[in-house]
Amino acid sequence: MTLRTRILVLVSALVALAGVATASVLHASARADRRNQARPGGPRITAGTVALTGDGGRMVFRNMAWGPHRDELVTVPASDPSGPRTASGVKCLRFYAASGTGVCLQAVHGPVQDTYRAVVLDARLKERARYDVPGIPSRARVSPSGRYASWTAFVGGDSYAGTNFSTRAAVVDTRTGKLTPSLEAYRVVKDGRNYHAADVNFWGVTFAADDRTFYATLATGGKTYLVRGDLRTRTVTTLRTNVECPSLSPDGTRVAFKKRVEGLPKDAPWHLYVLDLRTMRETPLAEPRSVDDQAVWRDDHTLVYALPGDYGADLYAVPSDGTGAPRRISTAAVSPAYID
Amino acid sequence: MYVADSRAGTPKTSAAASAESAARPRAGRRRAAVAPTVLALGTVSLITDVSSEMVTAVLPLYLVAGLGLSPLGFGLLDGIYNGFSALVRLVGGHLADRGGGRHKWVAGAGYALSAACKPLLLVAPSLTPIGLILAADRTGKGLRTAPRDALISLSSTPETRGRAFGVHRAMDTAGALFGPLVAFLILRTTVDGYDAVFTVSFCVAVVGVLVLVLFVPGGSGTRGGSGAGAGSGAGAGSGARTGSGTGTGAGSEAEARSGTGAGSETKARSGGRADEAAVETGLDAAAETGPDAAVETGPDAAVETVVDTAAPADRGKAAPRPTLRAALALLGRRDLRRITVCALLLGLATVSDSFVYLLLQRRLGVPDRWFALLPLGTAAAFLLLAVPLGRLADRTGRWRVFLAGHGALLLAYGLLLSSWHGSALPYAVLVLHGAFYAATDGVLMAAASDSVPRELRSSGLALVQTGQALARFACSLGFGAAWTAWGDRTALTASAVALACCALFSFRLRPTPPEGLA
Repeated sequence: MTLRTRILVLVSALVALAGVATASVLHASARADRRNQARPGGPRITAGTVALTGDGGRMVFRNMAWGPHRDELVTVPASDPSGPRTASGVKCLRFYAASGTGVCLQAVHGPVQDTYRAVVLDARLKERARYDVPGIPSRARVSPSGRYASWTAFVGGDSYAGTNFSTRAAVVDTRTGKLTPSLEAYRVVKDGRNYHAADVNFWGVTFAADDRTFYATLATGGKTYLVRGDLRTRTVTTLRTNVECPSLSPDGTRVAFKKRVEGLPKDAPWHLYVLDLRTMRETPLAEPRSVDDQAVWRDDHTLVYALPGDYGADLYAVPSDGTGAPRRISTAAVSPAYID
Repeated sequence: MYVADSRAGTPKTSAAASAESAARPRAGRRRAAVAPTVLALGTVSLITDVSSEMVTAVLPLYLVAGLGLSPLGFGLLDGIYNGFSALVRLVGGHLADRGGGRHKWVAGAGYALSAACKPLLLVAPSLTPIGLILAADRTGKGLRTAPRDALISLSSTPETRGRAFGVHRAMDTAGALFGPLVAFLILRTTVDGYDAVFTVSFCVAVVGVLVLVLFVPGGSGTRGGSGAGAGSGAGAGSGARTGSGTGTGAGSEAEARSGTGAGSETKARSGGRADEAAVETGLDAAAETGPDAAVETGPDAAVETVVDTAAPADRGKAAPRPTLRAALALLGRRDLRRITVCALLLGLATVSDSFVYLLLQRRLGVPDRWFALLPLGTAAAFLLLAVPLGRLADRTGRWRVFLAGHGALLLAYGLLLSSWHGSALPYAVLVLHGAFYAATDGVLMAAASDSVPRELRSSGLALVQTGQALARFACSLGFGAAWTAWGDRTALTASAVALACCALFSFRLRPTPPEGLA
């Protein structure tokens, strides 16, 4: 091949490839318009006021239905979760709230790269404080009193074609503003002894009503543990293996969690269980599908969780005692919080 | 690219060009001393790194936000794959040596395999297939690294080899810095545009393969057998014309940094725009000079003749045939054995990047939002220092620079252990860390090239590199265990002491004769 031929080949290939590349980018950017159109048959959504206290039994969550209010916090009556939604105008990736305090994990679209932040909201969804989140947000929780908030982020992906991830679980005292960026700063007591390891990861914090005790997942050495934490002594103690994303019941006696079950596919390995903290007996729930969520207690007898759906995720409810059957309560919804 | 292209297109007859570049290596004119093949390979690496780093940069986001997966614990596969990757590299090195002149095609197969993986990501719905695709991608990387480094060493004169590797590594790193930038620009202009990122990444990877096929000379087995043998006068018996091969790829690519254990092998993510200049000139040069290097009688032959004398052990003997046994017998050569032993020992004391960043964060309280930028610092220093340190290695001795690089690493450990908490500390550590890569990565390949006959260049370099990569992997496992048992500070102190001892030992062993005598 002469130089001329070679260059000709390269140039024509460049033109063709540039065409393909441009087309794919245009196609992907046209998606924005489609997603801003409400779909026929979707839930009715109107702009309005959303509050994190009061008026007797509501559910607040991130609306994933297409249309102008996509990704906004919306509210519905807890008794009619699939009914018309009232949208707040506040966009969150993940959300939770209790006693008039909300935590909203948001993406910040920078010029080069997305960054993330956690915003602490008051009862009228006004921002009280904001914190940098070091990676992609995953879990969010607020203590029952509304004083403490926590979130988990995935950090990683800087390896060549690698898939090593780590997590950071942060806790903030919303009263003093004191932030613990990672629970890794806490002392770990494993099997009765102090434990140090480079590969310690925490995720999925859930708070008890005493504003001192919390539960979370600790992973190290290829295993996951349920840990009980103490916010005052800054210590966590392992209780049990193979427990992820614990969620403490309102009465504080049980923990709902996802458990890695043998024989399931590697990317969908979890079933929902409830662990009785006194007897340490665990009960499988009636949901047969793999659930990757930190479940929420609607009351002392019912758990609500998200499963993948047509528009991202749908919400399901299942009894906490292992009986009954799962029921879809809302479509195109994720990160629910129940407001009394 | 378009700019470079159009320039390349501006006529300059290929005859004239080839005459010019033929004159270069011998004339030793400063500006011309980097062989066109090296620039072409640098361009291929640059383009390929843009492509692969695009994917790497968005992958976590894609898995978590795009697919809604929880990717934790998946990293275990990485550890197992490290071993396999080493094997692939040895195989790639050996294949490239066999039959002579197959370097280009073995490397090309590696690049093509990685390119083919990109569109598959579009249709993979869950972690298991994605894991397999990433494994295939890395297999391609393992295959191509050795022959590529062999081509670099064979197409540069022994006196300028350090610089040639430096230029290649700098271009490679520039691509790694540029890729994430492109990826996030695409995500910015689209909604959930992961499909667009993968498609563009594929297109870019194809361009890389094309540049290799069109502009990297040599390689075709047929040609190697006939004409070229004559041209180089080297190929005794084997008829291997290009015969080089390298196996290793120390380089800039991730395997050098290999083992990670916990964290990640970092390769720089996003960032720098610094390199547009480099990108442009790189492409340019490659486009202009590349083709003529392929001209049968061309400069290559001349270069190789020179290169050939680089392996003094060979002179007067029949060149070894590139069999598997011959490849293993390489370890019987004192020089290469010593280099391998030293690389292995030093590798055993080289804490993986992820730990360095983790320590930096813990010691200095680097805020979380800067954490992702730490690898950028290393990469930027690597990029800037690769060429100067490569040249320094050519002038003052490769082994000396290689050891000095480990000295820089030792200094970085020392800073991490010291009680100094100045605001300049992270910068100092990252610059030292980047200097470590710049002084060791390509330089080790240049040093090893001197001790491996050209017929076995791929296999020989693969051997050194694999030894180093496995040693680093072992180190990261050991370091993780030491961290668990004694805490991070003690673990790092132990590593520092081990590194100092290994460096001292390597200094006394001094596996290569001082350059200049070669």
